Amino acid sequence: MQDKQARRLLEMRGITKYFPGVRALNNVDLELNRGEILAIIGENGAGKSTLVKILGGIYYPDTGKIILDEKEVIVDSVQTATNLRIAFVHQELNLSDNLDVGANIFLCREPRKKNIFRLIDQKKIYEDTKKILKRINMHCSPYILVRELTIGSQQMVEIAKSLSINAQILIMDEPTSSLSRYETEQLFKVLKELRSQGVSIIYISHRLGEVKEVADRVMVLRDGAVSGHLSQEEISHDNMVRLMVGRDIEKFYRRKHVVTEKPVFEVKDFIVPSKPNRRINFSIYTGEILVLAGLVGAGRTEIAHALFGIDKPLSGEILLNGKLLKINSPQDAIREGIGLVPEDRYLNGLIIEMAVEENITLVGLNHYQKMKMIQFKMARSIAHEMVTKLDIRLRNIYQVVESLSGGNQQKVVLAKWLSLKPKVMLLDEPTRGIDVVAKEEIYRLIERLASQGVATLVISSEMQEVLGIADRILVVYDGEINGELRKEQANEEAVINLATGGK
Amino acid sequence: MKKVAGIAIILIAVIIITTLIDINFIRPYNMKNILRWTGLFGLLSVGECFVILTGGIDLSLGSIVGLIGALSAHFLKVQRMSIPLTLFLCIGLALIMGLLHGVLVTKVKIPPFVVTLCGLFIYRGMARFTMKDITQGYGNEFEGLKFLANGRIPSAFWSSGSAPKIIADWSIPMPFVILVIVGIVLAIFLNRSIYGRYILALGRNERAARFSGINTDKMTIIAYIISTSCAGLAAILFSLDLNTVQPSTAGSMYELYAIAGCVVGGTSLRGGEGGILGVIIGTAIVRVLYNSINIIGIATQLEYTVIGLVILVGVSIDEVLRLIAAKRSLKEMQKEK
Repeated sequence: MQDKQARRLLEMRGITKYFPGVRALNNVDLELNRGEILAIIGENGAGKSTLVKILGGIYYPDTGKIILDEKEVIVDSVQTATNLRIAFVHQELNLSDNLDVGANIFLCREPRKKNIFRLIDQKKIYEDTKKILKRINMHCSPYILVRELTIGSQQMVEIAKSLSINAQILIMDEPTSSLSRYETEQLFKVLKELRSQGVSIIYISHRLGEVKEVADRVMVLRDGAVSGHLSQEEISHDNMVRLMVGRDIEKFYRRKHVVTEKPVFEVKDFIVPSKPNRRINFSIYTGEILVLAGLVGAGRTEIAHALFGIDKPLSGEILLNGKLLKINSPQDAIREGIGLVPEDRYLNGLIIEMAVEENITLVGLNHYQKMKMIQFKMARSIAHEMVTKLDIRLRNIYQVVESLSGGNQQKVVLAKWLSLKPKVMLLDEPTRGIDVVAKEEIYRLIERLASQGVATLVISSEMQEVLGIADRILVVYDGEINGELRKEQANEEAVINLATGGK
Repeated sequence: MKKVAGIAIILIAVIIITTLIDINFIRPYNMKNILRWTGLFGLLSVGECFVILTGGIDLSLGSIVGLIGALSAHFLKVQRMSIPLTLFLCIGLALIMGLLHGVLVTKVKIPPFVVTLCGLFIYRGMARFTMKDITQGYGNEFEGLKFLANGRIPSAFWSSGSAPKIIADWSIPMPFVILVIVGIVLAIFLNRSIYGRYILALGRNERAARFSGINTDKMTIIAYIISTSCAGLAAILFSLDLNTVQPSTAGSMYELYAIAGCVVGGTSLRGGEGGILGVIIGTAIVRVLYNSINIIGIATQLEYTVIGLVILVGVSIDEVLRLIAAKRSLKEMQKEK
């Protein structure tokens, strides 16, 4: 055993980072030894990604310092990080799939020929690529186009890319979220191989089972601060969950409505195209708020999209008040009284360059027409009514949605659907990116919906929200419902346990 | 509306400048020609505008003018078909072309540029092959039908030559009257019907439109049908006006004039933004420019260059103004905070 000082490669000291309105990281310390795999875990929004992005030169910390090899360094850009031999493999792959493996690995760092034209030295690229691929046990031609590789192999190319800069630190942000079980095992083999070659790896994951398999040490973040460390012997599912939770959940309000035992909306043997091996079964009862909890990427949005007819389900039945529904498109869903507040309001929820009035009436335009001509008076009064009902703050209803605050924009999305008086409301992350006051108002709206007998399904990744509004929680893991929690049994620990693959 | 006013001011400015250089520009004979050409090209532009509003582009219009124009002359003069049947076949064929374009774009998911570029080639080839490259025309028959292309009102209500001079001088050419009628119908469709609203919405954000339950495929197909149908109507009028249709060249490059009219008229190629009135004024600007080049005495060889430069300058000014406005609103938002 060498002495501790010589083994220590990296220290981050007192890192604090503010984003508008939130403190993402608060005085966080991180140590990393040579040839070690450090796993960082924590809930959504605990600050894991922010921390490693500071190390990768993507964010700059407000306070704190980074000590690499006993020397203080300033990592102010991705380029600097690369020069310090810090490589970052992001959750979303950053490859040009129209180029071949070799070209991707040396992208922007192409070796040039020594003659006056300075053309790319193709021969050197492919020779070096072959060497690197060998190092990670990848048997594929450097000439193959990246788009012809599986996702798992593409991930390997990303790793190869980091090796080509001779990385001493390799950061991996949720590398297994789109890999199959076999590909994940291959990845772990390579990570262990790299560790034995002296590379230090920072590994972020939501999947606690995998962390247990691969990590030498675990660091747990909670609300932007370190909540504990686990040495290899201490790594266990229970220990990890215990450190991830531990916050008091405040109830947002007292629920007044009564949940009955009559199912309104039933989903049977439902198969979503993105997860063809998973069957989904659940019901929503009258007056109930059902929450689909789980981690980002668990496949909840896909379920909502399939229920709403955006992506056709492969099989399964949807029943509303006992009647079998045929839903092949959003038009069908709307006709049957189903509404969807989508996850991304800019991309899917709103037409932000159009007026508030036009957005609110867009889904119900069919009802405000005579011989296909818009009845402007009617549309206007509906818009006014919804604006008043939801207390949307604006100058006038002809204002473009873009000029409203995030909270008011989200209320416009809700107004759109509520104007139709839906029977089933699907709400996908309804409070994402809006301030606390607006959140509160949206919770009250959801509550009011449920009490009016609307079957309400909320998808949420925020623990406080999940525990605060749910009558019942279904926890989704890897595209299937991993467990159900009644309001009385629900606590943070139980949800996280199920969301990370525990039983 | 602010934008349309701006475009109208540009039109007036171009007219005034040209008139100051050469008073002949404003004379009745010249104005009559400009209005007639604006009517003919305007029909292409207002149709094209719908496709551009969906975020697409229609490059096939020029070849449609060639094919349908030749067919209508051929049907009437050579095949001796009745006028109603000819109109039905010609407009029907144009409609089917639009339907095909729309289906290929939405269902087969081929980019609009490619679909309509293929249309441009295919229809031109069909025009040449079916007509065996023989120039078609109406001879000195079909005076009634020709009235639609080169007649004028209200002077036509007087027996020939007996209208008062002022009316004879300032009567409106029929193609422009037809454009105004078609324009009003399409403007109502675009701004007052639910379908128009759907097209504007999907042009801005197709996904959000789909999430709002709009049948975006159907709306897009309708836009392509409007485009080719307008072109079919224009094709018949063009052929009647010129009374000669060369299958190999008739209508060639007209799609570019249609697009130019849209762009000058404030239609954004990004989709979702634009209006019929603007497009008609935009087409008029292009026609006035074209005409003033001849009147002022700029070498006709420079014609395309001048039109291209003027459009480029106009669109650049528009984009710069947009950037300035965006910066200003950003500053205001920061101030509020």
